[in-house]
Amino acid sequence: MAELSNQLMAFTVLAYLAAMVCYAAEYAFGKRSRIGKAAVRPAKQLVGAGAAVPPDAPVTPDAPVTKAKASRGELAGRIAVGLTVLGFALHLGSTVTRGLAAERMPWGNMYEYIITSALVGAGVFVTILLRKPALRHLGLFASLALVVLLGAASLIAYTPVGPLVPALNSYWFIVHVSTIIVSSGIFLFGAIPAVMFLIKDGYDAGRRSFPYTLGKRVGDAGALERLTFRLHAFAFPLFTFGALIAGPLWAEASWGRYWGWDPKEVWAFISWVVYAAYLHARATPSVKRTVATWIALLGFVTMLMNLFGVNLFFEGLHSYADAGD
Amino acid sequence: MTVVEDRPETAEAPPPRRANRLWALLRNSWRQLTSMRTALVLLFLLAVAAVPGSIFPQRSVNRENVAEYFAAHPDLAPTLDRFFAFDVYSSPWFAAIYLLLFTSLIGCVLPRLRDHVRALRTVPPAAPKRMDRLPHHAAGIEGSQSPAETAASVARTLRRKWFRTRVHELPDGAWSVAAEKGYLKETGNLLFHFAMLAILVGVGFGHWYGWHGNRLLVTGADQGFCNAVTQFDDSALGPQVDPGDLPAFCLRLQDFEATYQANGQPKSYDATVAVSENGGPDQIRSFTVNDPLRLEDANVHLLGQGYAPEVRFTDRYGISQTKVVPFLPTDGMLTSEGVAQFPDVNIDPATNTRDDKLQVGFEGVFLPTGSTDGEARSQYPALNNPVLYLTAYQGDLGLDVGIPGSVYALDRDQIDSGELKKVGGERPYVLRPGEKMTLDDGTTLEFVAVRQFATLSIRHDPTQFMLLIGSVLGLAGLMLSLSVHRRRVWFRVVPAGAGRTGSSVIEAGGLPRTDYPGFGDEFAALTRSIKEGTP
Ligand code: HEM
Repeated sequence: MAELSNQLMAFTVLAYLAAMVCYAAEYAFGKRSRIGKAAVRPAKQLVGAGAAVPPDAPVTPDAPVTKAKASRGELAGRIAVGLTVLGFALHLGSTVTRGLAAERMPWGNMYEYIITSALVGAGVFVTILLRKPALRHLGLFASLALVVLLGAASLIAYTPVGPLVPALNSYWFIVHVSTIIVSSGIFLFGAIPAVMFLIKDGYDAGRRSFPYTLGKRVGDAGALERLTFRLHAFAFPLFTFGALIAGPLWAEASWGRYWGWDPKEVWAFISWVVYAAYLHARATPSVKRTVATWIALLGFVTMLMNLFGVNLFFEGLHSYADAGD
Repeated sequence: MTVVEDRPETAEAPPPRRANRLWALLRNSWRQLTSMRTALVLLFLLAVAAVPGSIFPQRSVNRENVAEYFAAHPDLAPTLDRFFAFDVYSSPWFAAIYLLLFTSLIGCVLPRLRDHVRALRTVPPAAPKRMDRLPHHAAGIEGSQSPAETAASVARTLRRKWFRTRVHELPDGAWSVAAEKGYLKETGNLLFHFAMLAILVGVGFGHWYGWHGNRLLVTGADQGFCNAVTQFDDSALGPQVDPGDLPAFCLRLQDFEATYQANGQPKSYDATVAVSENGGPDQIRSFTVNDPLRLEDANVHLLGQGYAPEVRFTDRYGISQTKVVPFLPTDGMLTSEGVAQFPDVNIDPATNTRDDKLQVGFEGVFLPTGSTDGEARSQYPALNNPVLYLTAYQGDLGLDVGIPGSVYALDRDQIDSGELKKVGGERPYVLRPGEKMTLDDGTTLEFVAVRQFATLSIRHDPTQFMLLIGSVLGLAGLMLSLSVHRRRVWFRVVPAGAGRTGSSVIEAGGLPRTDYPGFGDEFAALTRSIKEGTP
């Protein structure tokens, strides 16, 4: 079972990698694809206090696209979506078999923690893909992020299947870790529209140097910004619950103190404060949306720090943080 | 979008008659401090200030790591220490940041609370003149009743949908319905921010009135302990706690059971204790790692475990002493190190004087599962093949100097100075339970048995429960604040003109006051139900 999980993980990474190539292909060819259309749509939303057009409004091509011209780009895009869904299925399979092999929830160490968070991020992405195909242009970054995250998990953090140490044997473990995994998955995914918003915004402002040139065919900046906000606003209370309520409850039962400034706790606190700052910044009219979005990305960096850095650099009480020994 | 910055300037106090520079400065600083931007900057500073605490070892987390850091960086450490690098979270600069932030918070939420209460009591404002300029607009809905009746029916529909509604007649004979919904957003937001304040205060009180102590407790009736500062291995009382205030209870560890995986990882720990609270009768209770022993005014948490060999020393005059000495685990397989020291032995019964030169100490390792090839490392954490490797020393143990030394190692200074000498050869003795070693002078040490010990943390935090309630309320407020949207709708009902079938015509307008993508749908549904529901 453990073997199967590892093989599925290898295929998962391959599928996401192939999807990434297809997204890139679509991007390169995709002048006349849906994406191109989405990109040239006028940015109505930017007028008025961000209230005029619901982003849920279906993005319809402005003019019927002739079959012949729906082009290789469109085809590549569809293959990419198919591969993403396939990758997600394999990813889910790998995570589930891992849990079966260990006879417990698959988040008892750093490797499992990362693959499960990534699974949540991938799930959010697949949901978005299926519900709003116009947001497919997130795919290049999303698949890149998945490949990097899972690749790093497999190479740096791989841990053979094993049981939990007594301290992890608690129902608070399930509540605490699952909410944190789900919220970090969403936060991590939320960084993708954030980056694309910054790129698109820079492109719209006339910048033509490297990362901004990518913004040429990216969708509406306002919609990206709102998606960023909604993902973060959804994940924030969940993270608050997981890290600042369930975590301390468990810590109290297990170690006797609800909060002890252990490195993991410190970084969860830092992430929380930074994301709170993002929500603040976004609610402050005098702070530009780009500035707010940079803060969200800073939050992303602190999450990565907690996911990888803390486990590798610092020694703490969080025993599941041990990387591959 | 923001409540604060929309707020009309309200003079907090009547302006002083003469231009008072100091007053102006104070007032401006206060405004600065309570602005959203300052809050943002302070939040940032708080995040940045928390970082060093994860880089440098913290005294509050692990004192030994701090000591190691001092040993490894003798030049740098004292300087860092001067900037509280090892006590980040109790340092003045960290406190300065959060106190400023919370001052800003108070200055920010109090006026918002006042405004919100006021908003809850005032009626929704009248419609703008040109409703077609609103982001959402619908016109030409027909009603069969008179404008007044239609307006009343619209208001009923709105109230059913939890809108706060005001109906009034306009000077030109038309009727207007103004409605607003989503006040819970601000209520939730205020609840959240007040909860933050409550949590800070709660943490502060918990720190002042809480206490904790750690204790290593060996199994057996002879090893019990009672809750008192002197009986802890180390303890910390809050500034407001007197040693006499500690609740009275006594604990004896009756049994300790640990189970392990095949690879040696622990699977479960179970401690069974006899507790007597306030001098009452013994109660048998058991507890485990995630499920502490909850007493009236304290909780006992199980942190770890280890072994304590029981050894009997018989001196030159045939007098025996038995000691139970905890050995500290040094690895996951519970290879453990420790000492057994016998300062009061070899006392000549004739003279009844102690000769410091004849004190005896044993130092070594204990292996719960020794290997056949004599490796000095345990193979498994359970007691499958217990072995004790001991080296004997004779001489002055240095225990009387008054400097509290480690109870897990002999005094190195005494050994280096030759006051304490190794006896009985270079190789350590190997003892299994029941075996005896004999020193050159005929004295013996018998390895009688092995006992378990548990490391316990005994704690009391009086505000813990309040903090839980505060954070749950805060979370509820946060969710309200993030999910509720404030919006206004207006309906103007005018008498139908010539050529219309109904008797009144309704015009509707909607304004979301916060970023709310779903408002278009809601507005459409609302106008539809008004169209259908209006006779
Ligand atoms: C202890 C530090 C603070 C934390 C952790 C914090 C956290 C938050 C969070 C997470 C939100 C987002 C909820 C929402 O958008 O409704 C928020 C909103 C808000 N905060 Fe704070 N805050 C803090 C201090 C302050 C201070 C000092 C002020 C005033 C200067 C303030 C004013 C506001 C306002 C006005 C909003 C509502 C924004 C909106 O219109 O949505 N907060 N805060």
